[in-house]
Amino acid sequence: MFAKRFTVAVLFLASVCASVAQAALPIQHWQTPQGVRVYFLQTHSLPMVDILVNFDAGSVRDDKTHGLASLTASLLDQGIQHAPGNGSPKDAQAIAEGFENIGASMGASASVDSATLSLRSLSDGERFESALKLFTSVMSHPSFPQDAFKRERERALLGLKAEQQQPDEVAQRAFFKALYGDHPYAWPANGDIDSVQALTLDQVRAFHTAHYVTAGMSVVMVGDLSRAQAEATAERLAASLPKGEAMPAIPAPQALKEAQAVHLPFPSAQASILVGQLGMSRDDPDYFPLYVGNHILGGSGFSSILMEEIREKRGLAYGVYSYLLPMQQPGPFLMGVQTKLDQGQQAESLMHANLLDFIKNGPSAKQLEHAKNNIIGGFPLRLDSNKDIAGWLSIMAIYQLPLDFLEQYPKHVATVTADSIRKAWQARIHPERMVSVTVGGAGEQPKAPATASPQASPGTP
Amino acid sequence: MQRMKTAPRRRLSLLIFGIFSLSLATAQAAAPTVFEGRLANGMRVLVQEDHRAPVVTSQVWYRVGSSDEPGGMTGISHMLEHMMFKGTKTLAPGKFSEIIAEKGGQENAFTSRDYTAYFQTLAREHLDTALRLEADRMRNLNLRAEDLAKEAEVVKEERRMRTDDNPNARLMEQFYAAAYLNGGYHHPIIGWMDDINQYDIDKLKHWYQAHYAPNNATLVVVGDVQPAEVMQLAQKYFAPLKPFKLKARDYREAIAQSGERRITLRAPAKLPALMMGYRVPSLLSASKDPSVEPWEIYALEVLAGVLDGGQSARLPKNLVRGEELAGEVSVGYSLDSRLSDLFTIAAIPSAQVEPAKLEQAIRQQLAQLRDTPVRADELKRVKAQVIAADVYGRDSVFYQAMRLGSYEASGLGYRRLDEIIPGIEAVTAEQVQAVARKYLVDDRLTVGVLDPLPMSAEQTAKTSSAAQGYSHVR
Repeated sequence: MFAKRFTVAVLFLASVCASVAQAALPIQHWQTPQGVRVYFLQTHSLPMVDILVNFDAGSVRDDKTHGLASLTASLLDQGIQHAPGNGSPKDAQAIAEGFENIGASMGASASVDSATLSLRSLSDGERFESALKLFTSVMSHPSFPQDAFKRERERALLGLKAEQQQPDEVAQRAFFKALYGDHPYAWPANGDIDSVQALTLDQVRAFHTAHYVTAGMSVVMVGDLSRAQAEATAERLAASLPKGEAMPAIPAPQALKEAQAVHLPFPSAQASILVGQLGMSRDDPDYFPLYVGNHILGGSGFSSILMEEIREKRGLAYGVYSYLLPMQQPGPFLMGVQTKLDQGQQAESLMHANLLDFIKNGPSAKQLEHAKNNIIGGFPLRLDSNKDIAGWLSIMAIYQLPLDFLEQYPKHVATVTADSIRKAWQARIHPERMVSVTVGGAGEQPKAPATASPQASPGTP
Repeated sequence: MQRMKTAPRRRLSLLIFGIFSLSLATAQAAAPTVFEGRLANGMRVLVQEDHRAPVVTSQVWYRVGSSDEPGGMTGISHMLEHMMFKGTKTLAPGKFSEIIAEKGGQENAFTSRDYTAYFQTLAREHLDTALRLEADRMRNLNLRAEDLAKEAEVVKEERRMRTDDNPNARLMEQFYAAAYLNGGYHHPIIGWMDDINQYDIDKLKHWYQAHYAPNNATLVVVGDVQPAEVMQLAQKYFAPLKPFKLKARDYREAIAQSGERRITLRAPAKLPALMMGYRVPSLLSASKDPSVEPWEIYALEVLAGVLDGGQSARLPKNLVRGEELAGEVSVGYSLDSRLSDLFTIAAIPSAQVEPAKLEQAIRQQLAQLRDTPVRADELKRVKAQVIAADVYGRDSVFYQAMRLGSYEASGLGYRRLDEIIPGIEAVTAEQVQAVARKYLVDDRLTVGVLDPLPMSAEQTAKTSSAAQGYSHVR
């Protein structure tokens, strides 16, 4: 347990959007005979392998059964059927022992845009073979036992209840709900209590059948494998699944038409405040000016404007930040802060004022140069482990980014100008119609929307 | 899937604790060599090469943490850690972070019970800058009252966010305070709010002058560097710093426990939570206690793995699946703690399950370990995981530096790392049973229970300030 100067969670958020590159990482790319896209980085420095397999099986595919994608992923390792080539049926205990006896570990989880299975194993022939065989069965031939279904659904409900005692989680949930309305991005991947309560085993089975298919599947491998081994591995994974059908495109979310303020009472010492709107997609034409601008505004920890103004100058908060989460369709842009209840308004006003100023004036030459140096100079850091590299390859795979994405990234950052940032922010960010969520306090009085200031955003068309 | 959060805790999972050298079967990844140097002023330097990426992590570790703090000054190590970014005689506040960011680096710091550490991770060519800045703030910090006034507010917000508004964290804090009636581990790392309220600049200056000097620090550098160039830079920047007269570090164990203790925290929450902890020795406390055999520490580590080393281990198998009494359960044991520590079991009961019922089930699991030796396949699995975790741990430059630094700063010395794998590999089923019988007994047990109150805001305003013993709205 450490008390840190800044939360890792917030830094992590920053790094989600902080893309990174390194000159010519030798990524190998091909398709299996089934059409599955493969991304491979060969490195023999450690006797280990990381594999990530992505499916178009995120919670955007839940339809109205929120939490289904997530529950399905969590049930994969709870039992496997007897099927050609995968040996005898196994229960959850036998599966766990199968991995853990050889020091391997697997995971499966659904995010909003995708579901990802991961395997980490030592690379020596016998152990890797054994881990891969089990991993393939878990992915392709889960048995979804009734008792495990009921238990894991109960555990998912416990997790949802645990979130309700965390003010920051409550705020996140309310923010996405207000921002996205009926769009599938409105729900976190784990759904909500009512929807999870209503999930059935048949729905889980049907979801697996429809979405764990080679259409939309990608495989990422990093580590101590030969090219031939990697090809054989990807093909085995792909061959274990039916072709299935590609999913329809995710609809675009509607931008907010007016400001919205949500205030939820909560028994807390602090107010958790989130303010924001729609941000950008992975293939957004304004990606780099928005991204570099956000880095300066609130995405770079201690170097950011929000941190300087709210924490360093005034001591109002421990954590204050902004981020843009690039997704298949526009993810959120949001600013967040937690501060003691009687300072909530002050902190929110400051965030707002700094956003207005940033949109109006853009960054100074010095701020821009500093940000570029930080992003470009920091490239190698984000790619300094097999795990990090696998994570980036997975993002490239899920969003079908060009193979030279990492190589081009610093070049794109280098071309961003103060003018392009100002233009992009003026065109895209609208402080006068944002969602503003405050969790904390007794909450009797509805709060006036803080974004309704008349001098808002003079440069906005 | 988003898993439920259990109470945050000092968790020594086998994965985190991948500090072991390889068995013969995978000897191609033999343990990397650690270069050890020492400056004339007493500062130690450890370097480990890792040339996979053009990156280096540099960490300065001070042998001071919350377990060194006297009453009334709790959290001062952490407060000082924050103040270390407020400038020196020649560097303006915030400039340290700005310079590192300008070079594309990441930097931060952390405080634990046993140490305080500062780190920068950056492209290899900027190591020079990191060391120059660290050397400067080791002796030249400019501690000003007006900066402290603001930064103490930041720390209070940190405490509200991490602890006061998190019922599981509050349970944890009070559970530790009950398990350690006195001594260095009684109070939380971040400090009690009343103590934070009463910091002044003289207290900070005293703490800085008493603990921040080259002969109380270790520099650890891991990455794409050669030991000779690191030593050259260390010589240039740290060698000119004057050492102080180092007094022996206080060693303040809590009084021995003899009889079970229980606490209940009633707080607004949706779910109950259960914490159980048994007083056990660590590697370091064992060396001061002739009644503890060295193998006992490794046997406790294996015992933790048998209970919670992965999804196949006994507690997930029997309590999460099996009887379905727990939604989450996890075991913690830190063999590298400076003082004797707790062997903890933290759990969230399943819906409709009373904490008392889950507690009984956990006690039954522990009774089985006392009554019957663990099976050969369980023992083998724990050891296989330890060996694999060692390889995986080397994927992170930061983690490798972390384990070297923490062993140095706690007083164990990094060489002890080499003993861990052989120590664990030698553990027998009888030894696991022996430590279960010796340590997992009621006389050493503290139990903490979170008893949820309704979560209406009005309700809480009352209970929260009453339970905390202070008011945060003044």
